[in-house]
Amino acid sequence: MVLAEKPQFKVIGTRPIRHDGVDKVTGRAQYGADVTLPGTLYGKVLRSPHAHARILRIDTSKAEALPGVKAVVTARDYPEIPDKVEDLGETAANLRELADNLLASTKVLYRGHPVAAVAATDPHVAEEALKLIEVEYEVLPPVLNVRDAMRPDAPLLHENLRTKSLAGRAEKPSNIAQHLQFKLGNVEQALAEAEIVVEREFETKMVHQGYIEPHACSAFWNQDGRLIVYTSTQGAFPAREQIASVLQLPVAQVKVVPTEIGGGFGGKIPIYLEPVAALLSKKAGRPVKMSMSRTEVFEATGPTSGTYIKIKAGARKDGTITAVQAMLAYEAGAYPGSSVGAGCLCLLAPYNIPNFLIDGYDVVVNKPKTAAYRAPGAPPASFAMEQIVDEIAEKTGIDPLKLRLQNSSREGTPMATGAPFKRIGHEECVQAALNSPHYNTPLEGPNRGRGVASGYWMNVGLKSSVTASINPDGTVNLIEGSTDIGGTRTSIAMQLAETLGIPAEKVRPAVVDTDSVGYNDVTGGSRTTFASGYAAYEAAKDLIAKMKARVAEIWGVPVETVEYQDAVLTTSADPEKRMTFEQFAAQMLKTGPAIVGTGSVQPRGVGGAFSTQICDLEVDPETGKVTILRYTVVQDAGRAIHPAYVEGQMQGGAAQGIGWALNEEYFYDENGRMLNSSLLDYRVPTALDLPNIETIIVEVPNPGHPYGVRGVGEVSIVPPLAAVANALYRATGVRFTKLPMNPARILEATLGLPSE
Amino acid sequence: MTTTHKRLVSAEINGEPVEFLCEPRQSLLEVLREVLGLTGAKEGCNNGNCGACCVIMDDRLVNSCCVLAVEAEGTRITTIEGIATPQGLHPLQRAFLEEAALQCGVCTPGFIVAAKALLDRNPDPDEHQIRYWLAGNLCRCTGYDKIVKAVQRAAAEMAGRAEAGAAAETGARA
Repeated sequence: MVLAEKPQFKVIGTRPIRHDGVDKVTGRAQYGADVTLPGTLYGKVLRSPHAHARILRIDTSKAEALPGVKAVVTARDYPEIPDKVEDLGETAANLRELADNLLASTKVLYRGHPVAAVAATDPHVAEEALKLIEVEYEVLPPVLNVRDAMRPDAPLLHENLRTKSLAGRAEKPSNIAQHLQFKLGNVEQALAEAEIVVEREFETKMVHQGYIEPHACSAFWNQDGRLIVYTSTQGAFPAREQIASVLQLPVAQVKVVPTEIGGGFGGKIPIYLEPVAALLSKKAGRPVKMSMSRTEVFEATGPTSGTYIKIKAGARKDGTITAVQAMLAYEAGAYPGSSVGAGCLCLLAPYNIPNFLIDGYDVVVNKPKTAAYRAPGAPPASFAMEQIVDEIAEKTGIDPLKLRLQNSSREGTPMATGAPFKRIGHEECVQAALNSPHYNTPLEGPNRGRGVASGYWMNVGLKSSVTASINPDGTVNLIEGSTDIGGTRTSIAMQLAETLGIPAEKVRPAVVDTDSVGYNDVTGGSRTTFASGYAAYEAAKDLIAKMKARVAEIWGVPVETVEYQDAVLTTSADPEKRMTFEQFAAQMLKTGPAIVGTGSVQPRGVGGAFSTQICDLEVDPETGKVTILRYTVVQDAGRAIHPAYVEGQMQGGAAQGIGWALNEEYFYDENGRMLNSSLLDYRVPTALDLPNIETIIVEVPNPGHPYGVRGVGEVSIVPPLAAVANALYRATGVRFTKLPMNPARILEATLGLPSE
Repeated sequence: MTTTHKRLVSAEINGEPVEFLCEPRQSLLEVLREVLGLTGAKEGCNNGNCGACCVIMDDRLVNSCCVLAVEAEGTRITTIEGIATPQGLHPLQRAFLEEAALQCGVCTPGFIVAAKALLDRNPDPDEHQIRYWLAGNLCRCTGYDKIVKAVQRAAAEMAGRAEAGAAAETGARA
């Protein structure tokens, strides 16, 4: 695809008011828990109090006898489910494991694991009924972190789990679900020849996406066998496929209506409540509404992995990094499927390193099954590698940004898979950071430090489908299937508007249910503006082709002579003839049927994204409290369709990363009970904890998209962990290799106290 | 049946006299959402930590999840549904749109109600005062920068100051 040198856009790059904005500032937008179907019952889930136990007996009879209770279900109510892996876009799930995660059959594998559910006329009655369900457990010893779980004598979560690797399946069962390996060159020789060698171990804790809206859905199993599910999900179609698979229904028997979604960040790709509500509805013959409490969200949805990472890196005295050997072990939670693969792929992506050997391990532990979390797997890898790079910069006396520029990957650099990078923008990000006002303002004062870090996320393409129809008043209805978490109705509509040459406000985007548009993958992987925007571009081209054909007929000229430019139709056959888009729309229904265009794509030209970030902070030496003084995010957007929402993604990801760096963690006791499962104790950053986060948008257009879009949703969360750690090192002289870097840990380190 | 006896409660909600029946154990948030159909206040945590359920009760900003519905007797309550008028959006609502101060939007009703309570008592807050006041409202999408700018813009507009919305001049291009 050839891009013009200096594209002149009319719509792209402007900042129109989002189409769904008024509903969202007036409280009218309907989120998951805002839907109440007539005659609804309320469902509640009974959850395991143990992190690891065998279920010996469940007796629901007393709960069923409670007045107001209309249905009780357990795993016995599932149909027979085959052992099959389902692709969910950013992640994959084995169906039997997915079903077992929603209602445990023989074992509970984490505290909060569902064992039964009740539907009653009132949510309080449903809660009372839960207390009447008797469950007898045989409590087993839990395994609570990745290194303990990898020991040969560790208690096993799954008796039949045998490590999958390139060599096939291991003989003996263990908690290690998979061993991945990526290599290039000769790492041993390069490390032996290196003039500088840096070696460190790193640990990060499980953290949660922390979306403000808890999971919520309503399900109604109709008398005709049709199941309709209203749910807050990142993907109505992948939710439909998962629900249909777990319930063993044909997909078309399930209709998923996506509500507005109050944040997801990857955590609303899997399903949790939907099939349970469906089973309850089937038994009760009425709609069932379910929503989680915040504690349920923490204990029983999908946080991201705690990790252990070990890196040994070699460099020359001139700063050239020559070799990296790395081991990454990620907690998958109760069932296999952590993001360690993506962690391995992103670890070295910012750099051109000729020799590497990366081993990745996917490990099950007695904690909730992990889900995707914004650039899943990349932040812990960046936390480790970017501190190693910082240490090489220090040892060589080279400016840390210049060292990154010197070693930067570029078009043609081999990725971890061995395939070469396409056009990427890491060098441009580092250069923009070097030129930034922030980096060129000296930081002075005691207990202060400045850190920098880079990060990468590969982004994804997947499948998107839209339909567009012209209205007689010159507007266009745009039917989308990508749930809108952060303004994508508008970023998709703007690409249709740009292609048609009409204002963004003339496009009316709508997100519809799974009966009403072609298949769309999840809103995830930073793909929606890229792929659904691409579909909108294709739909606009389809509309243009059909307008040309219609007008050729009206004018009696060959269709090849008709041009469409800046929303005006002309023909080379007759210079007198001219029709604007609005004029065309006004007469459209007088000259034939409505003009409807479609775009259905699976774009292959995915463009990876880089971000480089600068953090200034100050440590209070008496309390260990960190204050972020100034923070800048530089990010390659490819093309910023709606710059305000691009900035929002950059700021939001950085804020989550800063929280991950400084405060957030799943804090467990020795029995596997999470001790901080509230938003008071699991402390996400507040407005008072952050400064204004400055943004610098870099645009290195992605040649795989008609407007150069890469996708901006995720990479901003990758660099903050190391940017904060590197700044803390400059402020305190201590390398922090464990997260979170909270006041207790900072005081332990700076005062030389023994750590936990 | 374990249901306790319901109580009749009279209150003024968004300028209208309202009567409702509730159980003593029901929170104001539950009654607003499930009984009165006012779903603009959201449940994010149900224990006063996220601010998504903020309403103004007799000129005080409260987390409606931490107020029992029976406590609403005789009070005057403003929810997000009562912020706009038939004539149009409140300046805060417009500023949130113009500054792109929302992404998923689920925390937005709480932020707008909380910001209104702030501007009601302090029409000219500085950035620190805004951040301090809004620290009881969690947003996981935006990093707060654009929310703070939106509140500044609305305050300036309400005070009739010429520099209104200087922070978002770039936003006017479309």
